[in-house]
Amino acid sequence: MAAVSLKNINRTYLKGEVKALQDINLEIKSGELFGLIGPDGAGKTTLFRILTTLLLPDSGKAMVAGFDVVDNLWDIRKISGYMPGKFSLYQDLSIEENLNFFATVFNTTLEANYHLIEEIYVQIEPFKHRLAGDLSGGMKQKLALCCALIHEPKVLFLDEPTTGVDPVSRKEFWDMLDRLKARGITIIVSTPYMDEASRCDRIALMQNGEILEVDTLDGIIGRHSQNLFAVNGDNRYELMKTIRTYDGTLSCFAFGEESHVSLKHTEGDSEGLKAYLLQHKHTGIAIKSIEPNIEDTFIKLMLEKATNA
Amino acid sequence: MPEIVIHTDKLTRKFGEFTAVDAISFDVASGEIFGFLGANGAGKTTAMRILCGLLSPTSGVAEVAGFDVYKESEEIKKHIGYMSQKFSLYDNLTVKENIHFFGGIYGIPRKELKEKTNELVSRLGLNAEADKLVGSLPLGWKQKISFSTAILHEPKIVFLDEPTGGVDPITRRQFWDMIYEAASRGITIFVTTHYMDEAEYCDRVSIMVDGAIAALDKPSEMKKAFGAKDMNDVFLQLARGATRGD
Repeated sequence: MAAVSLKNINRTYLKGEVKALQDINLEIKSGELFGLIGPDGAGKTTLFRILTTLLLPDSGKAMVAGFDVVDNLWDIRKISGYMPGKFSLYQDLSIEENLNFFATVFNTTLEANYHLIEEIYVQIEPFKHRLAGDLSGGMKQKLALCCALIHEPKVLFLDEPTTGVDPVSRKEFWDMLDRLKARGITIIVSTPYMDEASRCDRIALMQNGEILEVDTLDGIIGRHSQNLFAVNGDNRYELMKTIRTYDGTLSCFAFGEESHVSLKHTEGDSEGLKAYLLQHKHTGIAIKSIEPNIEDTFIKLMLEKATNA
Repeated sequence: MPEIVIHTDKLTRKFGEFTAVDAISFDVASGEIFGFLGANGAGKTTAMRILCGLLSPTSGVAEVAGFDVYKESEEIKKHIGYMSQKFSLYDNLTVKENIHFFGGIYGIPRKELKEKTNELVSRLGLNAEADKLVGSLPLGWKQKISFSTAILHEPKIVFLDEPTGGVDPITRRQFWDMIYEAASRGITIFVTTHYMDEAEYCDRVSIMVDGAIAALDKPSEMKKAFGAKDMNDVFLQLARGATRGD
């Protein structure tokens, strides 16, 4: 049985003016670590709110672990854990009080399910009497995850748990998700960081309320081949401006120390571009052919969408 | 030798027993894009608040745009721009009202402000949205307006605190095009980010660990020094040694 199944889900805001979700179809398997990848406004939070029975869809059918989000909301609430993007625990309760509260609401106790959260909880336990409102971002994140796990959920919904978190803590958080997954929990996690896609079994790329692609990372990248080159040179800003004026250029964006340039397929190799850049008096030019990464692919999909619209 | 617009020497800030910023020393030159990196809790925000004239240091030297942070914080505020992801514009004011409001605060004369507003609105391609509430606009647009507003009074330096969090990959890069454009006009950029590929867009980068500056160099040199393939790798090597969490 699918952990999550969405059929033709639509949701609008402001009397139809904002199309938050448009005809979303998606199946997430039990035990999967599934990523919803997309920028702000993609519809990730709306999708989470529908799946956690906090928001009704305008139309379509959504199921979690075989339960319908409209008809069986109480069954869903019992088996799902939810960590909203905005910190939503009680700021004027301590760490321990928050945990006890959430445990009690789900008819369990901190002691009974301590083993479920132990690995994460030990990191904040020394501060268990501190008010949640006084915690740092990283500690709040760990507490929120503990509260979402305390009732042993089958499905875990994490809405942008790593936004604004530094690269070291982000890596640790994903390591933690790997261990939860190993226990058989289905995890659906959203993120605006494209590089985190590599940590998921499968991903959905979302943009403006639509799913652009659903597959494994390699599957998605493989389907969208590009005639892609990494260009290095002196004075990057001027260099990028010149590259964009070249006839064969489809797009040119900064990527780390290089600029990634997508050339028309008819263009063939990069010799023409190189000659063009030299002709425009650029120096230190190095061009090499590269394979696209997930961000290259996302940009390509966004540009195609914009052209077709 | 380009003009130095930010100068610090053993700049320190303590909160009680806790040393948030621990004797940091660095210079930033006019027109430079300076990336200010560090793990959560490393002391970035405290240092930035001092440089913006919002918080006094405990000891050490800091001069911003030629003004002393101890004695001339009001002058500093006039000569800098500031933008953060957490707060940028008023959602319940229109695009034009926001620009007017911030321009007014920075003392741009009324007539000039009107011209600048119109010029900015058309340069950003927002003529159709000029009288819409900012709250109704996509995040990426807000960030672009917010950045433009922060440099409307042509400050010497603009401080950007995680300006691109959450925006899509194209808008994020368009935002950096705007940063490059401002830097080419001589505005110094002081920017924090958690996107390590953006660290490589900077002329120089510093990485804070436990309140101190653990490394400061051009991204290319830093990668060489750490034998790292990218800045993410450099960051992980340095920040993993941190003893204090956030």
